[in-house]
Amino acid sequence: MLRILGKIQRIGVITEPLPPCDEPALVAVGEQLKEKIGARFAGSLAIRAVDAGSCNGCELEIHALNNPWYGIERFGVHFVASPRHADLLLVTGPVARHMEEALRRTWEATPEPKLVIAVGNCGADGGEFGVSYASCGPVGAVIPVDAAIRGCPPTPLELMRGILAAIDQLNGSP
Amino acid sequence: MSAAAVTSFAGLFDRLSAAGIASEDVAAPAGAVRQAVQVVADDWGRLGQAAQAAGCRWVAGWGEERAEGMIRVNACLEQGGAYLLAQTEVNRRHPVLPSHTPYFPAADRPERHTQDLFGVAFSDHPDARRWTRHQAWASAEYPLRHDFPVAGRPPERTPADYRYKFLGAHGSGVYEIPVGPVHAGIIEPGHFRFQAVGETVLHLEERLGYVHKGIEKIAEGRDAIALARLAGRVSGDSTVAHAWAACMAMEAAAGITPPPRAIWLRALLCERERVANHLGDIGAIVNDVGFAFGFYQFGRLRETWQRSSYAAFGHRFMMDAIVPGGVARDLAPERIEPMRAEVAELRRQVGKLMAIIYDSPSLTNRLLTTGVLTAEAARALGCMGYVGRASSLDFDVRRQVPYPPYDSLPVEHVLHNTGDVNARVRVRHDEIMASLNLIEALLARLPTGAIQTAWIAPAAESAGIGSIEGWRGEILTHVRFGTDGRIARFFPRDPSWTTWPALEVLIDNNIVPDFPVCNKSVNGSYSGQDL
Repeated sequence: MLRILGKIQRIGVITEPLPPCDEPALVAVGEQLKEKIGARFAGSLAIRAVDAGSCNGCELEIHALNNPWYGIERFGVHFVASPRHADLLLVTGPVARHMEEALRRTWEATPEPKLVIAVGNCGADGGEFGVSYASCGPVGAVIPVDAAIRGCPPTPLELMRGILAAIDQLNGSP
Repeated sequence: MSAAAVTSFAGLFDRLSAAGIASEDVAAPAGAVRQAVQVVADDWGRLGQAAQAAGCRWVAGWGEERAEGMIRVNACLEQGGAYLLAQTEVNRRHPVLPSHTPYFPAADRPERHTQDLFGVAFSDHPDARRWTRHQAWASAEYPLRHDFPVAGRPPERTPADYRYKFLGAHGSGVYEIPVGPVHAGIIEPGHFRFQAVGETVLHLEERLGYVHKGIEKIAEGRDAIALARLAGRVSGDSTVAHAWAACMAMEAAAGITPPPRAIWLRALLCERERVANHLGDIGAIVNDVGFAFGFYQFGRLRETWQRSSYAAFGHRFMMDAIVPGGVARDLAPERIEPMRAEVAELRRQVGKLMAIIYDSPSLTNRLLTTGVLTAEAARALGCMGYVGRASSLDFDVRRQVPYPPYDSLPVEHVLHNTGDVNARVRVRHDEIMASLNLIEALLARLPTGAIQTAWIAPAAESAGIGSIEGWRGEILTHVRFGTDGRIARFFPRDPSWTTWPALEVLIDNNIVPDFPVCNKSVNGSYSGQDL
C-alpha cells in the first residue's frame, strides 16, 4: 500500500502543458475547447465514439485522448456509453456494410441537436478501403456528417483540433 | 523439402499411407512453408483426421479460385517448427468438401469464412451457419470468386442481420444478455450473446464479421506497394507485423532479400509495436477491475513510447514503415543513444509498476483464477501468442521457426501455465522485458548499409507465405501474384482467429462483470479476423 501511495506522490500530476506543435499549443486548443464547451454545452460535451468499420488505428488515438498527457476531460469533453447521452458522434470508418444499420440506429438514438464528426481518412472518404461490396465508404454515405478529421490515424492533437473546429462552426446559431 | 519438415510430419505421412491416402508433392509457395502436398477432395477430411492423430497444429485455412473452374482449398499445418501446406481442389459447380473441424476446432470459423466467400460446402461441418456473411450479399453469391464484382450488388440499405440463429438456453432463471455490435467503450464492434444464471455465465456466443470490409477482394489487382499499405491496415494495432508478414510473403515469391539493415529495422519496429500494445493492454486490463492507477500509469508509458516512435520513424504506430524490399524510414544515428536510454528507463518504470500490481491483493484477487483457459482447450483451438503462452503452449515464431534477424538473436523463453487473466498479464510483462532486451541487442548490432532493395515483380503464379510473430502471436500471410506484378490472392491470418474462440471457452462459469477483464486479457482484433 505504501508503495502505491509513494508512487502516486512521486509521479505527481503529469498532465502536460503540451508543447507548441505546428499550431497553437495544445493547452491553447484545450482552453478554447473548454471555453466553447462552456458556452454552448453548459461545460460538458458528451461524445459517443462509434467504430463503423475501422482498422482500430483511429480508436487507439481516440483512446489516447483520455491518457494523462491529454486528459481531455479537463476541458469538459467526456466519452459516454450510450448515444442517448451524446451531443456528438465521433465515427470512424469506412462504414462496413455490416455496420450500416447499426450506425444508422446509433445516429437515430442520439438526441437532437447532434453533431457528427467523421474520423480518419477512411471516415472522411473511404480511405484505403474505398467503396466495395463490403464497404459503404465514407461516414457521410450513411448519416449526415458535420465535419471530418483526416489522418491515418489522426493524432490525439489533431482530434482535439477537429472537435474544436466542429464546435466552432456552431457559433452562428445560439 | 527440408530435413525438419520430413521429421516433423513423419507421423502424418505414415498415417496417410496406412489409410491408403495418396498425397502428391506439389510446388510449395516460397518462404515459410517448406512442403506442399495435394490430396483428392474425398480424402480431405481423412487428411485432417490423420493430421490431428499425428499431433499437428491446424494453423490457417483459405480458398483460392484456380483455372478451369476449380477452387483450391488450403490448410496450413505446423509441427515441430515446420509448416506444411495441404491442398485440395473442388469444382466450383459442385464445391463440396469434407471438413477439418471435427478434428480441429481451430478450423471451424476459417472454414465457414471459405464457405461464405467461395461457396465451398463443408459436408460434415458441425456448424454450417454463415460466419463472415451478414446481409451485404446474398447467400448464393460468393465475393471471392472471380465473377463477383468488387462493387458487388449490395442492397440500397444493408439491413441488420437479425435472423442469425444463436444458440438458445431455456429454463428457470436463465436469461440472455445481448451486447453490441456498438459497444459501450471506445472499441471495435462485434456482438456477444450471453446466457447467464444470476451472475454466472452459462454460455457465451460471439457473432463477428461487423467490420468485414472486403480486404481480400480489394487486395486483388493491387501492386506490391499498395498491398503492403493495405496489409498495414488489416489491424491497426498490428500494422508493423501485418505489413512485415505481407512483405515477407511477397519477397519470398519474388526471390528478393531485403538488405540486412532493413531486416533488423523491421524487427526493431516490430518489438516497439509489441511493447506499445502490451503497455496499453496491462493498463486496460487492470482498469477493467477498477485499478485506475495502473491505467493512468501504463497509459503514460505508452504515450511516451509512441511519441518516441514518432520521433524516430515519423509515425506514432510506424504505419507504412515496412515496404516491399525493405523499410521506408531509416533510423538516424543520433536516435540510437536516446532509444537506449528510453529502453533502460522503461525497464525501470515497468519493473516498479509491476511490483505494485503484484503487491495489490484487491487487484490480483480479481485476476487470479479468472477466465482460465486450460492447456488442452488452448491446444485444440490452436492458440498462440500471449494467450497460448499463458496456457503452457510454447510456440513463438521467433523461436520455433526463426526468421532473420531472430535467427541470430536470443529470444527469451516466456511461458506461464495457469491460463488465467493473471497469467496473460504476466506473459505481457515478461514479453515487454524480453522485447526491451531485444531492442538493445538490435541497436547494438544494427548493420550498416542500404535500407531497401529494388522491388522487381515476380512472374504470374509466383506465391509466397510469410510468418511473423506479431504482438498477438503468429501471423501467417499468403500472397499469390497474377500478371503484371498484380496481386491475385492475399490472405492474412491474424492470431485473433484462434483467440476469439478461446474467449468463448474461458468465460464459462465466470461472472458477467468479469467479462470485460477476460475480454481485454485476450484482446482479439475484430478487424483482423473480420477482414
